[in-house]
Amino acid sequence: MRPFPVHLLSMEDLDAGQIAEVLRVSDSFAEVGRRASPKVPTLRGRTVATLFFEDSTRTRMSFETAAKRMSADVLSFAHGSSSIKKGESLRDTVETVEAMGIDAMIVRHASSGVPDRVARWVDHSVVVNAGDGAHQHPTQALLDCYTVREALGGGEDGLARFGGLRVAIVGDVRHSRVARSQIVAYAALGAEVTLVAPATLLPPSLEGWPVVAVEHDIDAVLPKADVVSLLRVQAERGSGVLLPSLREYTSGYGLTARCATMLQPGAVILHPGPLVRGVEIASEVAELPQSLITDQVANGVAVRMAVLFLLLGRDAHHGRLEEVPDRG
Amino acid sequence: MAERMPRASSPPPVVVRGGTVIDQRGRRRADVVLDGGLVTSVAERAEAPSRALVLDAGGCLVAPGLVDLHVHLRQPGREESETVETGARGAALGGFTAVVAMPNTEPPLDSAETVRTVLEIGRTVTCEVAVAGAITVGRRGERLSPMAELARLGVQLFTDDGTGVQSAGVMRRALQYATGLDVTLAQHCEDLSLSAEGAMHEGSWSSRLGVAGQPAAAEEAMVARDLVLAKDTGARIHFLHLSTAGAVDLVRRAKSEGLAVTAEAAPYHFTLTDGAVSGYDPVFRVNPPLRTLTDVEAVKHALGDGTIDAIATDHAPHAPEAKDLPFDQSPPGMLGLETALALALGELDLPPEQVFALMSWRPARIARLDAAHGGGQGGPLVPGAAANLCVVDPELPWQVDDRPPASRSRNTPYGGRRLTGRVRHTVYDGEPVVVDAEAQR
Repeated sequence: MRPFPVHLLSMEDLDAGQIAEVLRVSDSFAEVGRRASPKVPTLRGRTVATLFFEDSTRTRMSFETAAKRMSADVLSFAHGSSSIKKGESLRDTVETVEAMGIDAMIVRHASSGVPDRVARWVDHSVVVNAGDGAHQHPTQALLDCYTVREALGGGEDGLARFGGLRVAIVGDVRHSRVARSQIVAYAALGAEVTLVAPATLLPPSLEGWPVVAVEHDIDAVLPKADVVSLLRVQAERGSGVLLPSLREYTSGYGLTARCATMLQPGAVILHPGPLVRGVEIASEVAELPQSLITDQVANGVAVRMAVLFLLLGRDAHHGRLEEVPDRG
Repeated sequence: MAERMPRASSPPPVVVRGGTVIDQRGRRRADVVLDGGLVTSVAERAEAPSRALVLDAGGCLVAPGLVDLHVHLRQPGREESETVETGARGAALGGFTAVVAMPNTEPPLDSAETVRTVLEIGRTVTCEVAVAGAITVGRRGERLSPMAELARLGVQLFTDDGTGVQSAGVMRRALQYATGLDVTLAQHCEDLSLSAEGAMHEGSWSSRLGVAGQPAAAEEAMVARDLVLAKDTGARIHFLHLSTAGAVDLVRRAKSEGLAVTAEAAPYHFTLTDGAVSGYDPVFRVNPPLRTLTDVEAVKHALGDGTIDAIATDHAPHAPEAKDLPFDQSPPGMLGLETALALALGELDLPPEQVFALMSWRPARIARLDAAHGGGQGGPLVPGAAANLCVVDPELPWQVDDRPPASRSRNTPYGGRRLTGRVRHTVYDGEPVVVDAEAQR
């Protein structure tokens, strides 16, 4: 198997074997999360910094919780009060933070490609992309895969269930870093990905994308889907002008109560959050048992622990491999 | 031709010895003698006048100085990125003896005062500096600039470059007005309602990278519109930095119909594709953006068949801090002056005669810096011609960043590249401003 990459910038950095490794290690950390005292010493003495140049609550908290459960010291860079506002360049900020002795930088930015640039600028830190523009959000895709595997009962090494699994990704693919990561991850595991979106919310070109179909009718897709993964309509990124109205979007692509009745038994619903109830998903649908939205959040911590472990914890210099918690 | 500052003492005569002269009349082995700002002799074996400076041109091509229709000299307003002086030094190192300065300075070159300032500085530097005036006040695309007043200062080209004139009505009015002044309008073709916030070419790479794209249609829609308007008004129009296969086809058709249209292409559009953006390095952000291989091939073909008349660098310096921003927040633009000739000689599969046509006499005519319009650029190297020369060794390999560029900025997309063909000497108005690839001042 290929060694785990130095940085996690894109799902394209991982092959199927490496995704499987993340999910396996996540199992161990999920067990840690269920303990009365959910903490292990794996990253004691290491420092993890979250550099969020774009607002986010859930992803930052998820990463910080993950790092703290592994006993890392956690530094938080809040862009609202930072030197960036005083005119400091992104590069200077990154170099300053690294000079404080950081081991890992968790980077989120509204501009695509910033984590790639940061990874070029750093000297020794590892970089984790926590979402960049409309580019990638690899840990979200990993936690989605983990959640699907758990729900479909694939078992410990249960990636076989992904072979031929029919995944429908519904909504604003054009602006979605989540979709770009999901598509790569699901396809790497052998799933068949169908995109469901109005033409204006699709990327201008799908050349080279591992998708089997593009549909403009959610009704045609739902009865055949094993996984329905919804995306938020990102009005702040310009989706507004690409649609006549949110109401028209909901009528064609929203997962309404009526639509939910078309799902086959055992099909599951995912959403990366934050939910815009009443637009891409009806409130009552979000509460259905086959909706895995809360599981995604819970699994996010374990998967991010696994990613930090694989990037940092196995560092030969620190020799922490023996401290991988055993499965309970 | 621009008047130059009177010299304290006239420079010594110059003999360019041992090269192959190449100009509109073809190619021949000849020494060239320059004196008093003019070519005095072109002969197979010229006697060196007393106290003459002899420049060795063995193995070199000796051509009329190159003319760049499109440079951003950043003065006034952005002197941390470039000045007229540093830009002219880069131009000389690239073999150019004349450049046309774009008006998107701060303030823009939309008034007699600012134009006069740039022209005055230009008289003291190492190449001729012509100015393109803004079409509209503040380059806002609304009210026409004082075009007649600027034309009286010698402005021959007008453009709002950086943006195109968005309103068809304003552009039509500008074209009509231009016909009365016998000047040329130059358009940056980009319909902003189509390109919106795009930071790179819209296509498979932009989709994968998650960067908002500028579709080829944004350029082509404005080219098509302006061809209609040019035909309607009878005005001369020049298209800046054409970059798409579709735009090139539109111009080819218009030329076959006899329309008074000219076009240029930038070296980056025939040497780089949008795949270069894959690492999000802002040095590859430029406008019009790097396009696909199909577009690159179309631009090359159009340079070969005459659809595109000139190679212009679109030299656009940006200070390093501006290029340390995220890709989509960094300003578009690349350095171009010092690499253009080598790229044209090396990447176009065209004979040198055609490369010099694209870089010297055809752009000289478009800018009206040629002898027919009282200027001294691009003409055949015969006794009596202006002493503007580019001497290039077409076989000499060099590394782009083997030394810093003359520019105050560093944003070349060709860092680390090995190119073939190096400018050895440049003579401007009889003065050797570059000797053995070193700027003399």
